[in-house]
Amino acid sequence: MALDAQLLSRLQFAFTIAFHIIFPSFTIGLASFLAVLEAIWLVTKREAFQRLYLFWLKVFALSFGMGVVSGVVMSYEFGTNWSVFSRATAGVLGPLLAFEVLTAFFLEASFLGVMLFGWKKVGPGLHFAATCLVAFGTLISAFWIISANSWMQYPTGYGLDAAGRFVALDWWRAIFSPTFPDRLAHMVLAAYLSTALMVGAASAFALLKDPRQPESRIALRMAVGMCLVVAPLQLLVGDASGKAVERLQPAKLAAIEAFWDTRAGQPLHIVAWPDRSTAANRWELSIPKLGSLITAGDANATVKGLKDFAPADRPPVAVVFWAFRVMVGLGVTMIGLGVWGGWLWLRGGPERSRLFLRAATLMGPAGFVAVIAGWTTAEVGRQPWVVWGVMRTADAASPVTSGEVSASLIGFLVVYALVFTAGALYILRILAAGPTVAGTAPAAAVARAPGSALGAVPDEPS
Amino acid sequence: MSLDLPLLWAMVIALAVFLYVVLDGFDLGVGILFPFARNPADRDTMMAAIAPYWDGNETWLVLGGGGLFAAFPGAYAVLMPAFYLPIVLMLLALILRGVAFEFRSHGRRSGKRGWTIAFAAGSLIAALAQGLVLGAFIQGVNVRNGVFVGGPLDWASPYCLLTALGLVAGYALLGAGWLMVKSSDALHGDARRWARIAAVVTALLLAVVSVATLTVHPYVAARWGWTGHGFDLGRLARLAIIPILGAAGLAVLARGLITGSHRWPFAGAAMLFVSGYLGLAASFAPYVAPYSLTFRDAANASSALVLLTGGLVVILPLVLGYVVFVYWIFRGKVSADAGYH
Repeated sequence: MALDAQLLSRLQFAFTIAFHIIFPSFTIGLASFLAVLEAIWLVTKREAFQRLYLFWLKVFALSFGMGVVSGVVMSYEFGTNWSVFSRATAGVLGPLLAFEVLTAFFLEASFLGVMLFGWKKVGPGLHFAATCLVAFGTLISAFWIISANSWMQYPTGYGLDAAGRFVALDWWRAIFSPTFPDRLAHMVLAAYLSTALMVGAASAFALLKDPRQPESRIALRMAVGMCLVVAPLQLLVGDASGKAVERLQPAKLAAIEAFWDTRAGQPLHIVAWPDRSTAANRWELSIPKLGSLITAGDANATVKGLKDFAPADRPPVAVVFWAFRVMVGLGVTMIGLGVWGGWLWLRGGPERSRLFLRAATLMGPAGFVAVIAGWTTAEVGRQPWVVWGVMRTADAASPVTSGEVSASLIGFLVVYALVFTAGALYILRILAAGPTVAGTAPAAAVARAPGSALGAVPDEPS
Repeated sequence: MSLDLPLLWAMVIALAVFLYVVLDGFDLGVGILFPFARNPADRDTMMAAIAPYWDGNETWLVLGGGGLFAAFPGAYAVLMPAFYLPIVLMLLALILRGVAFEFRSHGRRSGKRGWTIAFAAGSLIAALAQGLVLGAFIQGVNVRNGVFVGGPLDWASPYCLLTALGLVAGYALLGAGWLMVKSSDALHGDARRWARIAAVVTALLLAVVSVATLTVHPYVAARWGWTGHGFDLGRLARLAIIPILGAAGLAVLARGLITGSHRWPFAGAAMLFVSGYLGLAASFAPYVAPYSLTFRDAANASSALVLLTGGLVVILPLVLGYVVFVYWIFRGKVSADAGYH
């Protein structure tokens, strides 16, 4: 019975956190994008940038709302479903999560109100400050949550007390654990890249209908520029992060690459069918020695295989292996898209190629898929540990019944499906309408703010 | 002399929960009153009166939960599993009402109607669920060796139902009071009527909850000097300020409603909440997981409390400062052009 409740809790946590991470990924990037748009508008006074700001602000308001409500769930789920974990790790993780609330959430929530509803209440300078504070808040939030997660990936700076609970001995080493800097950079770049792809997709879609649409031409160039710089940078940061995994979490790396035997000159498995029951790959398509070169920086380096670890200490292999390949495959595609767009830009403008516009539209959600795949790699790859090498996930769950967790899981599935469907529909509607509708309609018809309950939208029948 | 950090953090969490109850209380209350609005235009105004604030208000709930985890993990790890179902119910309801702020203005006819219902129902259910948690907390949780050992439905008792109804009425009162501050014309008149009704219901339920609380656990009865037949007046006198404050709040509220004040009814309602909150806190203090873990039993390691306190001293004044600033920016009556061009 206890096992059932625990399995359900794992499913529920995976589902609620995967759902949640989509929105921070989008709003971290969008908040910075909005700050840039508003800054350019304030400096150049070009109305196209104001229209773009107001257009993306509507999308931001919707995404942020979904991020907030799905985030509140996370702060309670640690206790409701993982109370043993919470009790044991609070000595380290408690302050990190509390600081996230104090330094980030209040900042974002308070100034979001000014951003959405303060247009006429405050001057342009203060409004811009509010946009910047919200953008800053999203980054602070990422700082603390990645710090907490990185400590779970490779805990440092702690001791265990008499009751077996984690106690922080060196806060600097607990907050800045070894995997943290690379992983923070990786996540923030992922957010910027995901946002650039969404902005690019929406602009490309608008340009497919009208290749001269001025705001979309600007936004597409901004997205292409972002993609061109950030996508290759992300590959480098991701590689650094992978090298750290090889050093610090060798079992996770072995799962990522489906290495079973420890050997020198590991091959790179491009695709494989890993099978835990036989501790081997049923089939594989490989390039000799490249695995060692990529993971350890030397084609002849010895890299550990999964058989070096007791079967109970090995992460699930197939999920980690494939999630990683989805992430990397999409990342490489993004580099290609950026380069293609940049090349077209040099030759007169990316909107001249309808094929590129279609490809950019299709790639819109790719960033979010890559983010979820990346987190799946990181979190499933950490198993069977919840705190790497110290505390097992199997020992972390709350004393709750499978009946309670079944009920809550069904509740989350139903409510999230409803909210996600409606939210995606409303965002797609805004994107399909395009930036012109947001900004150039007659003044009387645009009197409503995103998030405002007042205004032009027809009321429900009374 | 050194600072008593567990005591300091008990006060911080108590403050966060109190601010949550009063602040999100008024915006949940507006949601609870949603079905009684005359027309969709009034509902739009009601929502505009809380739209810039709700997210910030709800952050106090996250601080309450996150702060409890950080400062009193022993209590967090016991209370969350103990109140599993009402907490999940609250979270789901908060999701539906939270997204409704945005979704309602994007929905077309049936969509908008759906999110109007979701906002009202979500607000009501969140308030009920919080009331159930409150009641279950006062009842006490079954703990052995620092682990929750009670049943999944311990919160399903008549006492918890009573506290749930009381909290709904109280939130509706706060919501009506807030609307009196922010609205004008017909909606203001409606808000005054709602405030009158909610004030009577809240006062009655608060009185019933107060009496029922004396019987819910012997610890509470002893704290208030209730012997089962009568009061030990000496003990009662030490806490007399709390009911007196409640009576004063009711007087301020009643006078504000009678004289037609726009602001005093909300102030009176808030005083009533201070009184109710202090009354309950006095009943279970110093427990954070009644009646087995005190705030000292449940406190985090001192290295964590020291770091937390350092951060708190720097950041909390800043947070309070800009929260007040944002309220100040949006002061005054909400008007039809609350949005921007």
